Formats: sequence, structure tokens, C-alpha cells
Amino acid sequence: MPNDTVSVTLRRASDVAYARQAAMQTMAAIGASSIKKTKFVTAVSEIARNAVLYGRGGVITFEIVGSGPRRSVVAECMDRGPGIADVALALTEGYSTGSGLGLGLSGAKRLVDRFEIASSALTGTTVTMECFAR
Amino acid sequence: MDTEGVEGVLHAGGTPIVTITGCVIVAIRDDLDDQSVMHLQDELVEEVARRGARGVIIDISALEIVDTFAGRMIGSMAQMARMMNARTILVGMRPAVAMTLVELGMTLVGVETALNADKAMNLIVNDLPPVALAQ
Amino acid sequence: MASENNVLAETLQSDFEGILTGWLQAQAREGAKRTDLVSTRETEKQSRDLLTALARASRDAVLDDGFDFANPVWDQVRETLEEITESRTQRGVSPTEIGVFVTSMKRPIFERLRSKIGPELQGIEDMWNVSRVIDQLSLYAIESLVTKREAVIERQQSEMTEVSAPVVRIWDRIVTVPLIGTLDSFRAQTVMENLLSAIVQWEAEVAIIDITGVSTVDTLVAQHLLKTAAAVRLMGAQCVICGISPKIAQTIVNLGVELPNVTTRIDLQSGLEYAFKRIGVSVDGH
Repeated sequence: MPNDTVSVTLRRASDVAYARQAAMQTMAAIGASSIKKTKFVTAVSEIARNAVLYGRGGVITFEIVGSGPRRSVVAECMDRGPGIADVALALTEGYSTGSGLGLGLSGAKRLVDRFEIASSALTGTTVTMECFAR
Repeated sequence: MDTEGVEGVLHAGGTPIVTITGCVIVAIRDDLDDQSVMHLQDELVEEVARRGARGVIIDISALEIVDTFAGRMIGSMAQMARMMNARTILVGMRPAVAMTLVELGMTLVGVETALNADKAMNLIVNDLPPVALAQ
Repeated sequence: MASENNVLAETLQSDFEGILTGWLQAQAREGAKRTDLVSTRETEKQSRDLLTALARASRDAVLDDGFDFANPVWDQVRETLEEITESRTQRGVSPTEIGVFVTSMKRPIFERLRSKIGPELQGIEDMWNVSRVIDQLSLYAIESLVTKREAVIERQQSEMTEVSAPVVRIWDRIVTVPLIGTLDSFRAQTVMENLLSAIVQWEAEVAIIDITGVSTVDTLVAQHLLKTAAAVRLMGAQCVICGISPKIAQTIVNLGVELPNVTTRIDLQSGLEYAFKRIGVSVDGH
């Protein structure tokens, strides 16, 4: 199986744009519809920005999985931050610890087909998102 | 190029800002990083003040992505312009972007919208009411 | 009616646990073990259930030329297989993987048969290899059949949704979509998609959603309508929802749902009148 993995290091705000480009390219590679593409890349943008702003940076990896019409892109974003104390609370619409609107995390969850979040003070926060082509 | 009515052309980090008959017009071409978005907002607000503009038209037809950060910038842009007695009209949003923003819960309540720059221009120049009610 | 020399039943009885362990190992080796989709404990349980059913059935079954899998003797085996297949398909396990899950059972059973017959028999290794190739052929054929059938279903499904949400340009700069039946999340999404592309295509300034034919309006449907109206506005057009019958108005209010700032009209005619006014067209008569 070919290795379809792309990684983007997230250090500063401008890296979020690179993460978006990588997300766009991998979604284009699986022939995703424009709506799926836009939703996924927007979700990636939110998560990558969170990693830069609140997670002391990290890395986001994109991988193409599956075959045929059920192909999907899986993004895994790992940061080095202090972790999220209350994940359920952080996923509540409108809740924010920063200066944002609190729509980022909860919104990203709604934009993708699968959304998982693991967080601890020791390991930082890892967000996994999957999006199918259609 | 017909330059009648063109009051000025300015480049904000590669994005040209044109002022025509009291309307500050910007067509965002590429995916901008956060820094450039904030920079563009600064330039737009200053241009409104400098020209005593009646409106700002932001054309986003080239954008495939508008996230909460960009959405927030557009919203605050409209707020600032309103304080300077200018309307802000967002034009050319793609269907995929509109659906994504709605899913995000970002309905840009304080921002006017129009199908294209032409129609927005008509609204501003002739001082017509907004196309649609804010939801 | 048990056959004279039922090797399968005998072999399974002689070393049930050993065969089960060997099978589980073979599953892992041949790539049938999807620990990401099915837990190890569940796989063990399913394997044990199937092997138990097989051991029981093979005792009474005819295995030579009279073999018939449709015979009631095999009921329990077939049932167990159906259960396993159902639970695995739901989790996205492919037909080939399910096939390998079953056929990998051959290895531990063959090994025991061979040691019984004796290593001096030359042809048995060749037979094993050939049978494995043929297994793969059959699995691949099934896999491709399923894939093709899925493609057909997907195409039909998309054609159906297309037909069920036709967006019509009824006037210059006015588009409308009549909604009929139930509005689930998937259809609501399609309606929104079609409506928004129609706005771009026709440069429409007003989009009319006619819900006269919608059977029920619950909180979810109301939410979908609100989202659609919000998206239409973001595109720079005005959304009108018409077909609000007294019954629907009652339901909406009783549900405690509000449609703030959304223009609503009782029927398509008054919706159209509103649209004409918005785009500055006057209609004579009436």
C-alpha cells in the first residue's frame, strides 16, 4: 500500500494556512465533493489554530485510508499543550477559554464524519477527524 | 481600463483595495493566513476613513474556506464600518462556504450580503435597503 | 445418518481448543483480524460460537457427495454465520475479510488431518496450496460483486434524491423548491445544496421553499429550515418559506420553536407575491 501521509508542523499562525493547504490537497486526492472539502478544511483550520494558540504548537498529519468509494482522509492533530481540563465542556457551543467565539471545537466536530479527542496534562491534546469523499 | 469614478487603488499585502464612487471594494483572492486577514481589516478600516466611504464590499467568491477566525474578522469589520457610517456587504460566497458557516453556527448576523459586487454597489450607491433580513 | 468416517467431526472433537487457538492465530496471520473494528474478545467469542456449531453439525451431517448446506442440520451454523456477518458488516469489515475469517479455519484443521494421514502422502501439500488459491479467487469474485452492487445502489440513491428535491426557476431571479414527504437530515442537506447552487446558477435574489407537501414539521425539520434560510442569506439572497398551514403554524409554536427573521407565507401564491415585490416586479390583476 502506498504511503499517503502528509505532516505539517504547527508553530505559528501562518502554519495554519499550510495545514489548510495540505488538507485541501489530500481531500482533492480522494476526489471529495466541494462541500466535503470545504467542511473538512474548515474543521482542520479550527483545530490547527487551537493547537497553535492554546496547545503550544504541535503537528497535524493527514492520511488517506480505505479504498474505492469509501475512501476517506484522517487528520490527527497533536499538540504539546496543557491539555483540556473538561473535554465535554470544551465541546459545548459558545464555551471559550480564549478570545474566540467558542464555535471552533464544537463546530469542527459537526463538520466531519468522525471526531475524537483525547487530552491529558501530560500528553497534550490529540484530535482525530475523519471525512469521507462524499 | 475605464478609470472613471475610481478614487484610488491600494495594495494590502498583495490584495488590491479599490475605491469606486464611495465604495471600498476588495476581492480576496487566496487563502490568507490570520496575520494577513488582520492586516487587511486594518487597511480597509483606514481606507473607509480616508475616502469617507459609504460602503465596503468584500468579494469572497474565490475563497473555498471561511473559518470562525475569518468570519469574526468580517463581522468586526462590519461593526467598525458601521460606526463610521458605512455599510459592509459580503458578496460572492460559495454554497459550500455558506453551508459550512451555518453548520459552525456563524451566521454573520451584522453583515449585509449580496449575490455579487455589482448588486452590492447598486445597494450602496442608491442607498437601498438590505437584500435580506439577518437571521 | 452420520457418515461412516466423519473426519471433520472426529478432528474437531479430538482437539477443539487447539483448533480454536490455531484458527485465531491464522486469522491474525492472514489479515482477517480487524482489531480496530472488532475487539479481540468479541472475535474469540464469535470464533468459538462458530466452531462449536460446526462441531455439533458435522457429527450428524453428510460430508461426502450428499453434502447439502441447506439441510436443517446446518441451521445453527448458518445462523451463527449470519450473526457474525451482520455485526461485522455494520462496522465496515469487507466481504474478503469476512471470507478470510472463515477460510483461515482450514489451516489448523488441515494440519491435524495431515498428521493423522501421515507425512508420507506427497500430494496433500499441493492440494492445500491449490485450495488456498481457489479460496482467494472466490473471495475476490464476491468482493467485486459486492462493490459493483454498492455502486449501483449509490447511483440510484443519488438519482432519487435529485428527483425528490428539484429546484425550479419560476421567474427571473426567483427559484423555488417544493418539499414533499419527510425531511430527514440527509435530504435536508441535499435540498440546501441544490437550492444554493441554483441561486448561483440563476443569480436568484429570492429562494422560495414550499413546505406544503411536508408531512410533519418537528424541531429537527424546523432547524433544517432555519439553517437553509441562514445559508441562503449568506449567499446574498432572500429566503421565503411558504406552505405554512394553520396546522403547521400550531405545531411550530407548540414545539416552542421560533423562526426569527425568516419570512414565512401561508401558500405559494403569497410567497410569490412577496418575491415579486422584493425584486420589483408588479403583477396585474388579482
